[in-house]
Amino acid sequence: MAEVTLAGISKAFGETQAVSNVSLTVRDGDFVVLLGPTGSGKTTTLRLIAGLEKPDSGRVAIAGRDVAGEAPASRDVAFVFQQYSLYPHLTVYENLAFPLRSPARRLPAGEIDARVREVAKMVRIDHKLENRSTRLSGGEMQRVAIGRALVRKPAIYLMDEPLSSLDAKLRAELRLELKRIQNEIGSTLLYVTHDQVEAMTMADRIGILAEGRLAQIGTPREIYSNPANLHVAARLGQPHINLIPEGLLPGGSAPRGTKTIGARTEHLEIVRSGQGNAEIDWIEHLGDQNHLHIKVGQHKLVTLADPYLAVGRGDRIDLKLRNPLYFDAGGQRLT
Amino acid sequence: MSNATSAHSVVEPSATTKRIAGIIVVLYAIVTMVPLAWIFMTSFKSPPDSISYPPKLVFTPTLEGYCNLFTTRTRQTPEYIQSLGPPQSTCDEITRSRNMVIAGPSNYWPRFTNSMVIAFGSTFLAVFLGTLAAYGFSRFRVPLADDLLFFILSTRMMPPIAVAIPIYLMYRELGLSDTALGMILLYTAVNVSLAVWLLKGFIDEIPREYEEAAMIDGYTRLQAFRKVVLPQATTGIAATAIFCLIFAWNEYAFAVLLTSGSAQTAPPFIPTIIGEGGMDWPAVAAGTTIFLVPILVFTILLRKQLLRGITFGAVRK
Repeated sequence: MAEVTLAGISKAFGETQAVSNVSLTVRDGDFVVLLGPTGSGKTTTLRLIAGLEKPDSGRVAIAGRDVAGEAPASRDVAFVFQQYSLYPHLTVYENLAFPLRSPARRLPAGEIDARVREVAKMVRIDHKLENRSTRLSGGEMQRVAIGRALVRKPAIYLMDEPLSSLDAKLRAELRLELKRIQNEIGSTLLYVTHDQVEAMTMADRIGILAEGRLAQIGTPREIYSNPANLHVAARLGQPHINLIPEGLLPGGSAPRGTKTIGARTEHLEIVRSGQGNAEIDWIEHLGDQNHLHIKVGQHKLVTLADPYLAVGRGDRIDLKLRNPLYFDAGGQRLT
Repeated sequence: MSNATSAHSVVEPSATTKRIAGIIVVLYAIVTMVPLAWIFMTSFKSPPDSISYPPKLVFTPTLEGYCNLFTTRTRQTPEYIQSLGPPQSTCDEITRSRNMVIAGPSNYWPRFTNSMVIAFGSTFLAVFLGTLAAYGFSRFRVPLADDLLFFILSTRMMPPIAVAIPIYLMYRELGLSDTALGMILLYTAVNVSLAVWLLKGFIDEIPREYEEAAMIDGYTRLQAFRKVVLPQATTGIAATAIFCLIFAWNEYAFAVLLTSGSAQTAPPFIPTIIGEGGMDWPAVAAGTTIFLVPILVFTILLRKQLLRGITFGAVRK
C-alpha cells in the first residue's frame, strides 16, 4: 500500500477536455471516492493513474515514484472495471489466479492457490470456484471482479463504478462488504461513482468532480455541511437541495453579496399557521417519511417531513430558514 | 424465455410455419446434394455404366474408378497377362480384366498433396497475418485506417483472370511459377483481405476492457493478446480459416495458369484424367470424391464456428 499523488494532471480527447488540472493525494490506507456525473472525468482520472491513458500534462506519482512512461503492468495498481470485468473464457478460479500467474509476478502454484482461496472466501465466492465466469449472477461476477483485484497487494486499488450495474439490494450489500474488506486489509482505494449514497457511506474522503475539475475534497461530513460552491452542494442530499433567491424566506442572516440560498430539509422550519407564507402543494408518501412539495409564491421547494406531521394538501404553513447555505452571484459559498 | 414455444407466442413461428420451413430446407438440401450423390455414385461405376443412357441408379459397384485414378496402365496381350503370376491386389485384378497391367502410380496423389500443402499453408498464413492486422486496425489509431481497409478489400474486387497475365509474367521473372511457395503466397495475398475484414469484425466485438484488465494484471500487450484476445477470438478465427481454406482448396483459374508440373494442385489435374477412348468418368468422379473429403472433415469439425461466421456475429455467444 502506498500514497498516490496527482499533480496538475490534464487530459483531452480531441475537443473534449476530460480532466483539467486535477491535483489529488490519496494517502496510504485512505478510501477516497470521486463523485461526479457522467462525463465529469472520473473514469479518465482512474485510467490516467493506471497508465491506460497518457496525460497531456501533469504528473502521477505512486509511492513517491513518478510513473510517467511506465506500462500499466509495472505500476503496481489493481483496477476493477464497471463491466466486462471477468475473462469469459476462464473459470472463477482462473480469473482470480490470472494476476498472480502473470509474467510480472509468477508466484509458485501453492502460493497462488492459497491466495485465491483466501480471497474467494473474503468475497464469498469460494463455493463457485470451478464455475465458468459467464455462469454467475451479476452480484457474483462483481464479487469475483473485486476479488481479482484483492488477490494482489498493489499500491492502490482503483475501482470504476464497480456496483453500478447491480440492483439496489445487491449494491447495498456489496457496499458494506467492500467497506468491511477495506477495513480488514487497510488498503489504499480510489473509488469512482455517481451514487452519493456510496460516496457518503464508504469514503474517508470525497472528491467532487465537475467538468474535469476537482471542485472540492474533504470528509463526507465536510462536503455535505460545508460545500465550497453551489455545484458541490447540489451533488449531495436527498431530496435535492432547494435553491431559492435571497429574501424569499425569513430567518437566517445572509452575508453581504448573497444571491442564492441553499436550503436542505434541516435548514427549513415548518410551523402550521392559518396565514403562513407558504402552501403545501403536494405530498408524496414514501412510508417512513413524506416528501412535502411546498409553494412559496412562484417558487417550489421539496423537503422531508415525518409521516405524523399533520398537514394536508392546500394547508398554509409558516416556513422559516435555519442556518442555510449562502452563495454569491458566481455560485461560491459565503460564510 | 423458456415458454417461447407456446402457441400464443408472438415472436415464435407457429408449428405449421416451422414445418413448411423445414420442408423447404430439406428440399433445398436434396437439390444441392444431388450432384454430390451423382459424383459419389459415378466413382463406383464401371466406365460403361457411367455413360449409359438412361443413367443407371442400380449398378454393380466396382473400385475400377479408384484404381484408374491412382495408377497408370498399359495395354497388353491376353497371352502376356496369362503368363503373369496371381494378381497382387484388387486393382491388379480389375486392371487385368481389362487386358491391361499397372505401369505405375498416377500423378493424383502428388497433386492432392500439393493441394493440401498450398491450401493449408496459405490458410495458416492468411489467418495469422489477418489476425494481427485486424487486431491492429481494431485497437490502435492507424492513420488512414479506412482507406487502408478499403485498399485491402479492393484486392478482392478483380476476378483472378483479370490479373492472371501480369502475375504470370511476374512469377516467371521471380522464378515462382509452378512452385508451391508461389501458390501459397498468391492465395495468402488473396485471402488476407477476407481474413482482415472478417477478423476485424470479430475482434471489434471483444471489449478492450479485457486486455486493459490483463495489462494492469501484469501482462504486456502481446501477452494480453495471446492470453485474453486469442481465446475469445477462436470462433472468428475458425470461421475465417474455413472460408480461406475453401477458397484456396477450390481455386482453379490461377492454378491452371500458374502451375503445370510439380506444383500443380488437384483442381486442374482432375479434368485431365483421360482413360482409353475418352474421359474416364469413374476415375474423375473418384478424384473429385477424395478431393471433397478434407473440406468435409474440416467443415464438420468447425461447423458451429462456421455458422457463426456466416451470420457475421449476429448470433450472440
